[in-house]
Order: sequence, then structure tokens, then C-alpha cells
Amino acid sequence: MTGTTLPAPLLEVENLSLAVTATGTEVVRGVGFAVAPGEIVGIVGESGSGKTLAARSIMALQPPAIRRTAGTIRFEGRDLAGLSAKELRDLRGGRIGMVFQEPMTSLNPSMLIGQQLEEGLAVHRHALSADERRALVLDMLRRVGIADPDGALAAYPHQFSGGMRQRIMLASVMLLQPALLIADEPTTALDAVVQRDVLELMVGLTRAHGTAVLMISHDLSMVARYTDRIIVMRKGEIVEQGRSDELLRAPRHPYTRALLSAMPRRQPARPVPPAATPIIEVRDLVVDYGGRRGLFRRESGKRALHGLSLSIMPREVVALVGGSGSGKTTLGRAIAGLLPPSAGTIRYAGRPIMAGGAGWADYRRNCQMVFQDPYSSLDPRMTIGALVGEALRTVPAMGRREKAERVAEVLSEVGLAGPFADRYPHELSGGQRQRVAIARAVVRRPAFVIADEPVSALDVTVRAQVLELFADLQARHGFSCLFISHDLGVVEQVADRVVVMQDGRIVEQGDRDTVFDHPAHPYTRRLLSAIPALEPAGEGGVRLKWRFDDAAPEPVPS
Amino acid sequence: MLHFVFKRVAMAVPTLLIMAVTVFVLIRLIPGDPAALMLGDLATPASLADLRERLGLDQSLPVQFGIWFGNVLRGDFGISITSSQPVLPLVLDRFWISARVVLIAVLLASLFAVPAGMVAAWRQNSSTDLFLVGLATLLYSIPTFWLGLLLLLFLGLQLNWLPVVGYVSFSEDPGAALLYIVMPVMTLFLHEMGVLIRMSRASTLEVLRLDYITHARAKGLSESAVLWRHAFKNAFGPTWTLIGLVLGNLLGGIAVVETVFTIPGLGRLLVDAIFARDYPVIQGCLLFIAFVYVAVNLVVDLLYPVFDPRVTAE
Amino acid sequence: MKRLSLNVVLGGAIVGIVVAGAVLGAVWTPYDPLKINFVGRLAPPGAAHWFGTDEFGRDVLSRLMAAAATSMLISLSTVAAAGLLGTAVGLVSGYARGWTDRILMAFNDALLAFPAILLALGLLTVAGANSTGIIVALGLAYTPSVARIVRGTVLSLREREFVEASRVMGNSELYTVLRHILPNCVGPMTVLATSMFGWVLLAESALSFLGLGVPPPAPTWGNMLAASRPFIAQAVWLAIFPGLCISLTLLGINLLGDALRDRLDPRMRGAS
Repeated sequence: MTGTTLPAPLLEVENLSLAVTATGTEVVRGVGFAVAPGEIVGIVGESGSGKTLAARSIMALQPPAIRRTAGTIRFEGRDLAGLSAKELRDLRGGRIGMVFQEPMTSLNPSMLIGQQLEEGLAVHRHALSADERRALVLDMLRRVGIADPDGALAAYPHQFSGGMRQRIMLASVMLLQPALLIADEPTTALDAVVQRDVLELMVGLTRAHGTAVLMISHDLSMVARYTDRIIVMRKGEIVEQGRSDELLRAPRHPYTRALLSAMPRRQPARPVPPAATPIIEVRDLVVDYGGRRGLFRRESGKRALHGLSLSIMPREVVALVGGSGSGKTTLGRAIAGLLPPSAGTIRYAGRPIMAGGAGWADYRRNCQMVFQDPYSSLDPRMTIGALVGEALRTVPAMGRREKAERVAEVLSEVGLAGPFADRYPHELSGGQRQRVAIARAVVRRPAFVIADEPVSALDVTVRAQVLELFADLQARHGFSCLFISHDLGVVEQVADRVVVMQDGRIVEQGDRDTVFDHPAHPYTRRLLSAIPALEPAGEGGVRLKWRFDDAAPEPVPS
Repeated sequence: MLHFVFKRVAMAVPTLLIMAVTVFVLIRLIPGDPAALMLGDLATPASLADLRERLGLDQSLPVQFGIWFGNVLRGDFGISITSSQPVLPLVLDRFWISARVVLIAVLLASLFAVPAGMVAAWRQNSSTDLFLVGLATLLYSIPTFWLGLLLLLFLGLQLNWLPVVGYVSFSEDPGAALLYIVMPVMTLFLHEMGVLIRMSRASTLEVLRLDYITHARAKGLSESAVLWRHAFKNAFGPTWTLIGLVLGNLLGGIAVVETVFTIPGLGRLLVDAIFARDYPVIQGCLLFIAFVYVAVNLVVDLLYPVFDPRVTAE
Repeated sequence: MKRLSLNVVLGGAIVGIVVAGAVLGAVWTPYDPLKINFVGRLAPPGAAHWFGTDEFGRDVLSRLMAAAATSMLISLSTVAAAGLLGTAVGLVSGYARGWTDRILMAFNDALLAFPAILLALGLLTVAGANSTGIIVALGLAYTPSVARIVRGTVLSLREREFVEASRVMGNSELYTVLRHILPNCVGPMTVLATSMFGWVLLAESALSFLGLGVPPPAPTWGNMLAASRPFIAQAVWLAIFPGLCISLTLLGINLLGDALRDRLDPRMRGAS
């Protein structure tokens, strides 16, 4: 607790413990915090920290397998344990609203938007007539930035994009003017640019109504930007809580410090040794999707890449950034030879490559890939040793013994020496699996590695370790790398050069410092404005600095 | 929407065509002269020569198929060997008898099973759930022909409540017809209820895990509103598809129940025809049931968007 | 977790007893299942004949055991035949894609659009009503469902990153299919084979019941049930025991199938 005198708290959670009913395993232990009226509080933690369960249990909405074992939750002075089912329902929606993470599943796909918005009003505001309800709904849809509110009422959720659905979700909650809004990773599933728009909207709307917000997130920098106070959770317990700026500047708990130091930050620029020919040279690359000849008509395909040109020098790390649908993954897959290009050429070390053509086997040996999802990229039925060893299968002139030694060597390089070789992927954590995937990519000593969102599925602290490992290996073995990511923070840390993509086109490219400090294209500016720059502060903490605030969206009318 | 309807209907055409080819090939696989097979004991040298001519047996197989399929499209399924009647009217007559039993049974089973499965899912792992799941698994494991025999044994022979075997048509005596139809309907009803409860429960469980259900609760809706307004429509889709499959499968598999209760339905017609080597009737039954099956599933598919508007989107 | 183990225990016990009875029935039965004894006909269950005797005085228990052996053999062969053929078609279709896939699946879907039992009835008219005929008819009738499911599994596995990783490593298509795709089909295939064993057993019994199965005097549960009908008023046991055998076996298989599905369903993994 901070020393400042707060008004009577809106929400008080004391000594809350939750356990799995069947096994008795505690998943949340002795959690206590308070939220004052109108205050914005963040709960930050990695997966397994119990932050979502703790928040959902406030409304008794934890999954049925989880039971509250101890503690009291008081809201507006009332102990929620003593409420009848009817009183609890009045509270839900009416006084406490909730926004969910996944915009694709949080609206009912078989109900019209209008019905879904109005039913909350029908439950909590009996006095309103149907016309009055409709007017309120229309007004709220307009305020969350839906261009055609009348049309939206008669539409189904699948007709909207993820960002729009999250706005509609927000509208359905704020419509009831709750005193507290619980937002569970409200923007994690969205693109960086959209993320910021939705957050600004959420904060604007709640400020206007005096609604307090409990924001749950894995992203400390995002939370720090919008909250008054931060609670840090780890393995079911609160390790530290305090005012946001103080907590960032002078974190007391080692875990908070670890979280802060795990946040990606810029490394000094490295000189890339000059070379005559690029290792990879892409020229006028076009990729079309889905164009196939049907029985009766020719279906026109969708053009995913519109004639891109790009080159990567030896030892260079080039980052490819862009939102979802920008074509960055398609480009990576085309270079890896997983997608046939519709037009254009790809050259490796000056020679054009084509699937099955001359030099293809050599290219295969020298171009490797690290995939995004460590749960899907390893064959679940093979041991770690076999997985890494398989990569050497097609390498000629390498004896069995030599291969075994190489596998052992690489596994120890990625920190998985000894017994790990005989384990199966499901026995490993996400971070360990991604180390295996990296080991598999580098075991052949390739000249070029494509890493497609290699750390986006990982927790913050694990991500930092994996990035560090990757940088070490890159420095030691000197491979070039195409690093595909939507996360500019990560890119700022690892890249020598940055290529920005939007809608299948390259909109900007240049060395990292130029792109990050002096972006030329408005889209790059928008992307950058969504992530903070970190400046070290004393006492092991940081200060957040926001870039290009001029690129922020229009403020919300209230 | 129109595009969706058109696409689904167009998709059924090749299926029907390949089905017709399959049935045609199946009968042609039987060793012997097809004309002799089709005429059976009725064959005379003259009629054989005449039929060979009409089936185009001196021409290539595709031409033969064309002639045969043309006849089928005109409603000419041939003449039954055993009864010397045209096949199509025979099949239609028997079809209505079977269809009545199947439709009533499936309708009743759906009315009970869908809510029961939803309640079981809603109260997952409660004693209600365990009871319903246990009952469903049990019902679904008992074959209809044994269930029918058991009903016949207890309701018919022990308790004497219902007539044991036979069939009376509704036009003759509606009261008696109803009495005779109770046990066959009950047999299918119990079995299919087992199948449908399991499906309804499974698909409801899927839906109840989703965020929009929690969202509905977080809005303060009552549990009944959550279950019926939010979960029902989304959970019903898979069950609806299964109901279509069940209807079609029952038409194929109803022969056993008709045997137990001695009902002169389509299934019995087919089995008797197989025994009698009455190939025109076998062919007619196979084709007709297959066509009905495709038609039922087409109707089910076309109605699916009522429960899930997403399927019409590309 | 508790229910799951109950399913396994109960289903396993039932299937275990039936399999044991079938294996025993193949080599030894208390009496000769075909031996006619008009003196002792329609004897109710008792010390000498635990499950009674039938209209020809044959021992019902012996006949049930012999029938179990026959049914198990037919069902296993059918599942194996449909499994091999269906897996081959599904694998080729799912991995080749393009026109090969479209043509194979057009035929497959058309066959799938027949109710399986109907297709089996049609095939039986060609193949003949005996054990080989039943295996051929049911095997072909269930092949399309196997092919469809294997193809679906292969298609979803193809999208998995470890299959792409194998391509990036430069492995041949054939190697990728055999090393990565086929082994990962084993799980779904086990679930399918279990359910299919139940369907086939049921279909075989139904065909026997209709008189289109293994011809008498060889016993099957289905033809025993059919033969019991004229005597149902005098000799209830003739109708009870064969039906009980079919139902219990199906129950055991269904319980095991549910348990397997729960275990192999990826959504259930890590849930507890």
C-alpha cells in the first residue's frame, strides 16, 4: 500500500486464495489489494501467475474447476460472499463490467450485435423502453468509433475485424456504466497499432464515466503507460505493488527487477563487415494465394506480395516488421522455399535458386528456419536428440559419431546438455522447446537463418533469455538472419537493419537507428508510437519514454 | 446467402451421380447376363432379347449407364421379379411406412435429448450429468433389434399392453395404427436418444468454455438466459447435423426393427429382395434410400445458417 | 480425471472378459456348440447348462463363446481391412492435394453419402452372405470414413510447423510422410479404430440377425437372436443372453473409446 490517503476503496480484496477443487493445488495464495473509485490499476504477471483467475474470481467467474479457499472480497463495502444469486447478477454487468482478451470468441457468433448490446440494458435498466435502449446503444457504438452504428446493430460479429469487435465489446460493457471495469489482456490479440487505439479509447471512456479499471496484462510497459498503480504477481502471489512510476523507477522485489531488465532495449549498433555479394537477394518477388482453376471458373487469387526487393548481407540481422496481414510471414516462407513465388527471383550467394534446381540442395543445407510456435514446430513423437539429429540426416560426408558429437555440442550450446537429449517435447517448457528449435536450425552451421516470430509465444523473462541465446549464437557462428516480428521492442534489440511492410509492400527500410529515430513513413511512425523506449533510471529501474505522440489517434469524444 | 444455397445444391449433383454409378456398377458386378438377372424366373428368350435391346447391352458400358440412368430419371426403375409390379411405386409405398416411424422417433428423441444433453453439460460432473451420460451410453450401446425384442417381451408378452407384431395402416384404423406403431417408435426413440444426448452434451461443453458465455454471465444474465439464449443456438449446430445423419442412417438400418415387429417397410423390402435375388428392387431400394439420404442432409445443411450465421460467409 | 479412470476400468474389464471368452471359445467350449440333442431342448439355465439350451438342445453358453470368437475375428479383420485401405487413400489424398485429392475425395464423399449399412447390404448382394463376404462388404463400406478422417488429420498435420521444418531440412516428401505424418496419425487412428470396431460388430450382428451374415448352423450373436424369436414366449433366455453379449461388448468398447478420446483430445491436455 502507498502512504497516500485514499478515499474509501471501491474494491477490497483480502487474503484471497484459490485452489483447483479436484487436487487442492493452490493457484492463488493470500492475494490482497484495493482499487479506489476512478483509479486505474494494473495486474502484471507472466503465464501461471494467477492474475486472470484472481481477477475473474472477483465476479465469481473463475472456471468451475477452481474454488475459493480463503479470503474476502468487498465491493462498495459489501462482502461478495454473502450475496444471493440475484444480487450477484445485479452486480455483474451493472456495477462491474468485464472485457475479455480474445475478440474472436468473446462475442456470441450467432446473435446480432444489437441483441447482444441491448440484453445487458434489458437486465439492468428495467425502466427503459425499447426505443430508449436502442438510442443508448447507438450512442455508445458511435462513441467507440463504429462508423455505421445502425448497420452494426443488425450485423453479426464475424462481419467485423478483431479491433472493431473489441470496440463493440467495450461498448457493451460501458453501456451499463459500471463502477469497475475488469479488462483481461484487452489488447493482447490485436496488432500493435490497433492495440494502442483501443487502449486509448478504453481509458478515455472510463475516465469520462469515472469508472475504475483493473487491467490485467503480461506487458509491463503497456500497463505502466495507462495505470496509476501496478500489482506484480508471480506464481499465484503478489510480489510487489505500488505507484506505477515509482515501481518502474525503483523496483524493490528481484522479480520486478527481472521483469524490467527483461524488457527489450536497444543495443549499441554493430558494424557489419562489408561484403561484395549479399547472401540473399530478392528481386521483384510476387506471391499470389488461392488462385486456382475450378471446374467451372477460374478463381482469382489474392496477391500477398506485390513485387518486393530486399537483400541481406553476410553476418547481417535484418528485421522484417509489420502488422498481421502485412505479408511478412509470406515473404519469409517464400525465401525459405516453402511457397513457390509467382514471379521474381531469389538469389543465394549470387546464384538464383529454384525448388529442385541446381544448387537447391546446397541452399537447403544453408538456409534454416526457426518457427513461431514451439508447441507445433517439434514432432511430439521424437526425442530432443533425434529432433536435432534429424537436421544432419541429409548432410553428406558426416559420420555417425561426428553427427552425435555435433548434436551434443549444439544442445550444450543452447543450454540443454545431458539428459535433455532423451526427453520428449511435451516434457519441456516453452522456452526450452524454442531452444531445441534453435539448436535444430543451427546444428548444420547454416549461412542464413529465417526466424519467424521466434519469441512471440514466450513469456517476457524467457523471451529475454532466448533472445540473448540467439544473439550469442549469431555472433559465434556468424550466420545472417531474417528476423520476422510484429514486436518492435524485440526488433530494436536484435536488428542491424529494419524492413517495414504493410499490405504486401515494403514501405520503409534502413539501418535500425535511422528507422527508429527518424522514421520516414507515417505507418512506421504509427507502429513506433505504440511501443515505449526505455531509459535506465537509478536503483535498477527504468523510465518510459513515448515516441511520436503526434501519431496518436484522435481523442475520444465524451 | 443465395450463393451459399446454390453452392450446396450444386455440390449434391456430383454426389448423386457417383452414387448412381456405384449402384449401377454394383449390380453389373454380379456374374451373369444382366438381362437374365433383371428378369429372373420371368425370362423367356423373347423377353430376354427385348430387354437386352432396351438396356443396350450390345453397346459400351457408359452408353448402358446412360440408358439406365435416363430411365431412372424418368422414374422407370424396372419391374420387380417377384411381384411383377413396377419398382418405383412399390418403393414409395413402403417408404412412407418406414419414414413415419423414423420421423416420429427422431423428432421425439431430439426433443428430449437436446435439452437433456445441454443440462448435463451445464452441470458437468454433477450426479445429474453422470446419470444422463451413463443412461445415454447404455442406450446407445444396446442394438435396436435387441431393444425391440426386449420391449416386445415385456410390454407385449408379459404386460400385454401393446399388440406384439404387425402393422395397420392409418387409413384403415387410426387407433390401431397408433398402437402398432408405439413399440417400433419407442425402440428407435430410446436408441437415438442415447446418440443425441451424447452429441448435445459434447457440443454444449465446447460452447460453455468460450468467452462469450463468460461474457454473458459477466453482463448479469441469469443462468437460464445464458444457457438458452447464448449457448443453445451455438451448441445445436453439430447436433442438428447429426440429426440429419441419423435420419438417413435409420432408413438404411431400419430393416432390423421392421424384422422384429414384422412391419412391411422399405428396409424389409430390400432384405426380402436380397433373399429373392429380385435385382430390380434391390437396385431401386439402394438408389432411393441413397437419394433420400442426400436430400435430407442437403435440407439440414441449407437450414444450418439459422443456427450459425457464419457458415454463409466465405 | 476420476470419470476417465472409471471409464477405463469398466470398459477394460468388459472388453477383457469378452475377449477372454472369445479366445477361449475359439479353442474350447463346455459343450460342442453344434451338437444337437433333442431330448434336452429348450432347457432353462441350470447347473448343467448355465445359460440353458436352444431349440435344438445345443448349449447356449458354448454357442455364445463360439459366436464371440467368430464376431471378434470378423470385426478385427474388417477394421484392419478398412483401416489399411482407408489410411492409404487418406494419406495419398491428404498429402498429394490438388486434382488427385479432389477426384479421390469426390468418390469417397459419394460413398460416404450412403449409410454404411446400406452400402454393406448392396455389396453383400455381390459378395455373398458368408464371413468373407461380410468382411469385404463391411470393410469397403467403412473405408470411406477412415479415408476422410486420415485425410483430415494429414491436412491438419501438414499445416503444423514440424512438417514444414522437415521440408526446410531438405527431407524428401516420402520421408516426411513416413517419419512425421504417419506416426502422428496413430493417435486419432486408435480412437477411430476403437469406435469402428463397435460399429462393425453392431453391423455384423444386424446382418446376422437379418439372415445375411454367417450362415447357420455356425453361431453368431445376431443369428442366435433371430432364431430365438419363435420361442421368445417359452424360452426368454434365448433372447436375453445373445443380446446381453452384444450390448455389453458395445458398452465396453464405447467406454474405452470415450476414455481414449478424452486422453488424445488436445484440448483436454494440460486441463488438469
